[in-house]
Amino acid sequence: MHRPEQRDEVEMLAMMLLIRRFEERASQQYQAQKIGGFCHLYIGQEAVVVGAVAAVREDDYIITAYRDHGHALARGTSANACMAELFGKATGCTQGLGGSMHFFDKKHHMYGGHAIVGAHVPLAAGLAFASKYREEDRVTLCFFGDGAINQGSFHEALNLIALYKLPVILICENNLFAMGTSVKRSTSLKQIVDRAEGYDIPGDIVDGMNFREVRDKVAEVAASIRKDSHPAFLEVRTYRYRGHSMSDPASYRTKDELEKYRLDDPIIRLRAQLTREGKLTNEQFDALDKKAKQAALESVKFAEQSPELPVEDVYKYSYAEGNKS
Amino acid sequence: MREITYRQALNEALAEELARDPNVFLMGEEVAEYHGAYKVSQGLLERFGPKRIIDTPISENGFAGLGIGAAMTGLRPIIEFMTFSFSLVAFDQVVNNAPNMFMMSGGQFNIPITFRGPNGPAHQLGATHSHATECLFANAPGLKVCTPATPRDAKGLLKTAVRDDNPVLVLEAELLYSSKGMVEPPDEELLIPLGQAEVKREGSDVSIICYAQTVPLALTVAAQLEEEDISAEIVDLRSIKPLDEEAIYKSVSKTHRVVIVEQDRPFCGVGAEVCYRIQKNIFDELDAPVIRVSQEDVPMPYNEKLEKFVLPNADKLMSAVKKVCYA
Repeated sequence: MHRPEQRDEVEMLAMMLLIRRFEERASQQYQAQKIGGFCHLYIGQEAVVVGAVAAVREDDYIITAYRDHGHALARGTSANACMAELFGKATGCTQGLGGSMHFFDKKHHMYGGHAIVGAHVPLAAGLAFASKYREEDRVTLCFFGDGAINQGSFHEALNLIALYKLPVILICENNLFAMGTSVKRSTSLKQIVDRAEGYDIPGDIVDGMNFREVRDKVAEVAASIRKDSHPAFLEVRTYRYRGHSMSDPASYRTKDELEKYRLDDPIIRLRAQLTREGKLTNEQFDALDKKAKQAALESVKFAEQSPELPVEDVYKYSYAEGNKS
Repeated sequence: MREITYRQALNEALAEELARDPNVFLMGEEVAEYHGAYKVSQGLLERFGPKRIIDTPISENGFAGLGIGAAMTGLRPIIEFMTFSFSLVAFDQVVNNAPNMFMMSGGQFNIPITFRGPNGPAHQLGATHSHATECLFANAPGLKVCTPATPRDAKGLLKTAVRDDNPVLVLEAELLYSSKGMVEPPDEELLIPLGQAEVKREGSDVSIICYAQTVPLALTVAAQLEEEDISAEIVDLRSIKPLDEEAIYKSVSKTHRVVIVEQDRPFCGVGAEVCYRIQKNIFDELDAPVIRVSQEDVPMPYNEKLEKFVLPNADKLMSAVKKVCYA
């Protein structure tokens, strides 16, 4: 088991680059109609999941909403398995049965990929309940967007989580927009973190464009939870560069606003920090980026060449014992 | 065999499964300190402690989802709904999360969970508290639905449900909690497979297909019919999904006449599915069109007389049987 504080920052930067380049390829392949259904890109938000995952153990549970490609990659699912999933192939992380919004990877303790807004927050309560029931010191990381915090299931789950003192870190990825509706138009609060106060859950605000801040805050909270089971809430302020999904031109926000965030890019920031500290040269960065681009490109080739499940397999996944009814 | 109530039978099933498997826990509103709104969990808190018998706030969506999340890690939660009418606020969890997880995770996460509680119209509970939810849940692939009508079936089906690796709904009959029946003693393991109907009474002239609260109704009517020289066979489905088609076809091939008496509503109800399968698969065995007796297609009124009019009853069933028998 690795110790979180030993996670190499250059490796984490490489992971953020992989997510970025993977998503760019996914966008291109979607436009080429190789990917069906909905496709929600994570570009701009990479420091949130990479920072959080860097701060916890490999056997901690993670669960998220439908903007989930980065979460699976950060957890260790291969780019090949992720791209193949988008292509609907049998080599995908759910054999092409879940699709973009439903990435799962049991081996890496990635509990999905959930597409009904807020509906996975009760599931996170259940994962954490199970850890407590078994007297394990695992932490559950539950990611959700700012749009989830007005959903009933979110509120019911927060009450249960607080009431039963469950070991969950509730990570609100506040990218300012629930689809096309800004937080100002959807939420009665001045700041999202105040939701936690209503349930007596300790909360904090984190700069989601700063990898180190996310990692350090999650590490601090996780250590406290492992000592004495309790929940915590982090409002992580971030920004998505692309629309809500591939069909969204994001005309509800200005170019100036987008530019402002692009200048604060999480990858550029971590790169600058590492360069300043003499831990990364320009050549090394270029090599990392080249490697990420190559992995993304190769994942497309892998996906294209992968087989699909035979149609008769649809009957195998309604029930665990594979029966039909 | 000894005679116990339906309520006691469920209580025994819970206690036996909790004792057998430490991964099993019971969660729901009033299940612990209050011993269950219908006293099904009587004594369980004292025996198994608050870690495994867990009271919840009134948050069906929340605790149903909590159960599903816990089941993703291999625990085997039993989630009690105080009534399945209240499961409707957890509908998203029960139909969108529990049964879809196995498919959408590519077979990585099955959900071994049991949802149980009273279901179906009772006495004058009004429109919001009288739902028969079996047709709603049976519509979702990935769920299994059973509807025990006797203490023996209640115990055997609940125990099987807890051991199943999939989400199973045990829809208990609200009006039958105090009914009595013969059940094997506790030292004899009683497991009744899901998807297995039972002929509750043999007959030769007409098959009455029923389940849950319509089983005692059908048995009463069968006794009356006997006085008029009509021999009715009573087929208790016991499970709605999987559906025991063979048992249905076997009975219908013997009697050639069918009445389906169901506690739910007529439009897209359980009887519609049973009827479709009979005409599709054994059309030549039928000597008369199949008749369904169900609720009227209206929200449930409170008034006692009007409620009786809406529900299936002995008169309606009797006249349906006579119609299919051309008697």
